[in-house]
Amino acid sequence: MTADLAVVGAGPAGLAAAVTAAGRGLDVTLLDAAERPGGQIHRHPARGPVPRPVRRLTRRLRGVTHLPAHHVWTVVRDGDTWLLHCVAGPDEAPATVRARAVLLATGAYERQLPFPGWTLPGVVGAGGAQAMLKGGLALPGRRVVVAGSGPLLLAVATTLAAAGARVPALVEAADYTAYARRLPALVRNPGKLAQGALHGGSLLRHTTRLLTRHAVTAAHGTRRVEAVTVARLDADWRPVPGTGRRVPCDVLAVGHGLVPQLELATGLGCATRRTPDGTPAVAVDGRQRTSVPGIWAAGETCGVGGAELARTEGEIAALCVAGDASAALARRRARLRAFADAMAAAHRPRPGWTDWLDDATEVCRCEEVTAGRVRHAVAELGALDARTVKLLTRAGMGWCQGRVCGQAVARLAGEDPAPDRRPLSCPVPLSQLAHLPEAGPEAGPAPEAPAPEAPGAE
Amino acid sequence: MKPAPFSLTFDGRRLTALPGQSIAAALWSAGILAWRTTRHGGAPRGAFCGMGTCYDCLATVNGRPNQRACLLPARPGDTVTTQEGTGHDG
Repeated sequence: MTADLAVVGAGPAGLAAAVTAAGRGLDVTLLDAAERPGGQIHRHPARGPVPRPVRRLTRRLRGVTHLPAHHVWTVVRDGDTWLLHCVAGPDEAPATVRARAVLLATGAYERQLPFPGWTLPGVVGAGGAQAMLKGGLALPGRRVVVAGSGPLLLAVATTLAAAGARVPALVEAADYTAYARRLPALVRNPGKLAQGALHGGSLLRHTTRLLTRHAVTAAHGTRRVEAVTVARLDADWRPVPGTGRRVPCDVLAVGHGLVPQLELATGLGCATRRTPDGTPAVAVDGRQRTSVPGIWAAGETCGVGGAELARTEGEIAALCVAGDASAALARRRARLRAFADAMAAAHRPRPGWTDWLDDATEVCRCEEVTAGRVRHAVAELGALDARTVKLLTRAGMGWCQGRVCGQAVARLAGEDPAPDRRPLSCPVPLSQLAHLPEAGPEAGPAPEAPAPEAPGAE
Repeated sequence: MKPAPFSLTFDGRRLTALPGQSIAAALWSAGILAWRTTRHGGAPRGAFCGMGTCYDCLATVNGRPNQRACLLPARPGDTVTTQEGTGHDG
C-alpha cells in the first residue's frame, strides 16, 4: 500500500500537517519515535491528561494511520515513491512505509556547550529536565540552577518551580536588552510578549534570581553536583576574572538553545541554510518544499521557532502537497520567522565560551575525550577541521555520534558546525541492514545553500 | 482514578514506579542519579539529555545492556542494574 503522504515526527508540525492533509482527503501515514503524539514540547505521561494543543489535533487524527514507536532511520527513493525504513517498538522490529510524498518534521535537540564538571550526575539538559518532568513526573533534585541561553530556559525554570523545585538562579549568557534592538519583530508578536511576562511573573513568585550576561563556568561535586560557579561574561562570553561565585544546588539544568535534527534531510541530499545563530537547518521555499522534489520539511528542522511556527509550517506543507496554498498562513509564517530570527541572533553562542574549558574538561562525553586532547590535535597535530579532530581523538565517534559534542568540537577546531550527516538516524540492528533489498541508503552530499526564496514569499 | 504504582529493582534495591514513567524517571524519583560507569574513567553517569539523544543514560535492563533508560518505559518487575563500561564486560 502506498500512502499519499508520510509525515515523520508527531510534534506540532507533523500533527498539524497530518490532520490538514487528511482533511484534504489525502491518505496520510504519521510515524513517530515516541509512544505518544505531541513531540518533545508536549510530552505527557501515559494515562495522564493529554495537553490541550495535542488533544485538539489528535481528535482530528481519525483517518490518519498513526504509527507510534516507529523510528525512521532512513528514507530512500524507489521509483516514483519513497521508502521509509523504521525500527519499531521495544523489540526493534523492522518496518517499512511506502509513500508518494514525505514531510520531515523531525524537530530539534538541545545544544550543549561543555564546561568543567558538566559530566557529573545531576547536571542535566534543561530541555531534558523539562521533558522528564512532563513525561515522567520526575525531578532530579529540589534545588535547581537553570543556566545556558535561550527562551527555553524561562519555560524550564517556570515548569520546575511550579513542580515544587526551588530555582535559586536563572543564568542567561545573552542579554535580553538585545531583544530591544529587534523591537519590530517583538511588537508584531504580542502573544510571545505575554508569554514572556507570564514566565517573569511566576518566577518572581518563586523567588528566582535572573542573571543575564552570566554563565555557569563550572560544576562541583564528587559523585554528583553539589554547587556551581556562576561568573559574569563579557560581550564575547569570556568570563570576567574575579566575578565567579559559588551557588549550592543539587541539580543544574543547562542548555544553549535548540538545534535542528537534520539526518534524514541531509541523507536525502536536501540543501541546508544557516540560521542567524550559526546553526544549519533544512532550506525550504515559501511552501515548505526542500531542494529535493517530493520531500517537504516543517517545524524546528527548518530552523527553531517554537510550536506556533511549527504548526503553521506543517499546515502550509500539507496544503502544498494537496495542491493548495493559503496567503494568511504565509503571512503568519513570515511574522513568526522574523521573531525566531531575532531570538536566534540574540542567543547565538559567542566565541569566548571556550574559555570556560580547562584541559581536563571532557568535551566528548561518550568517548571521554578532553578539551586538552582536542586542543592538542588542533595546535600540535595540525587538525584544521572537526572531522580531522574526530579521526585523531575519537571525539564524536561514540554512541551519540557527535550530537552532543559536535558543536563544541567544531568551535574548538575553529569552524561553524557543519550540517549533520549520519546515514542512519538511530541505532539499527545489523540484521535489518542485511535484509535490505539494496546495498543501503545513499548518503549523498547535501549542498549548503541559501533558502530558495525569502521566508514567507509566495 | 490514579494509576496504581508498581515495583522494580535497581541493583537489588526495590523501587516504586508510576505507570508511564521511563526507567530514568523511576530512578530519579527514587533519588538515584547514576546507573552507568564509563568505559575508560569508570565515572558515574545517568540521564543527561532526557530525550534519547545523548546515550549517557544507558542501563542494563532485564539482562539486556545499552538500553536508553530515558526512553524505555518502566514495567512491573523490571530488573535494572548498573552498566559497567560497554555492558559486555561481565
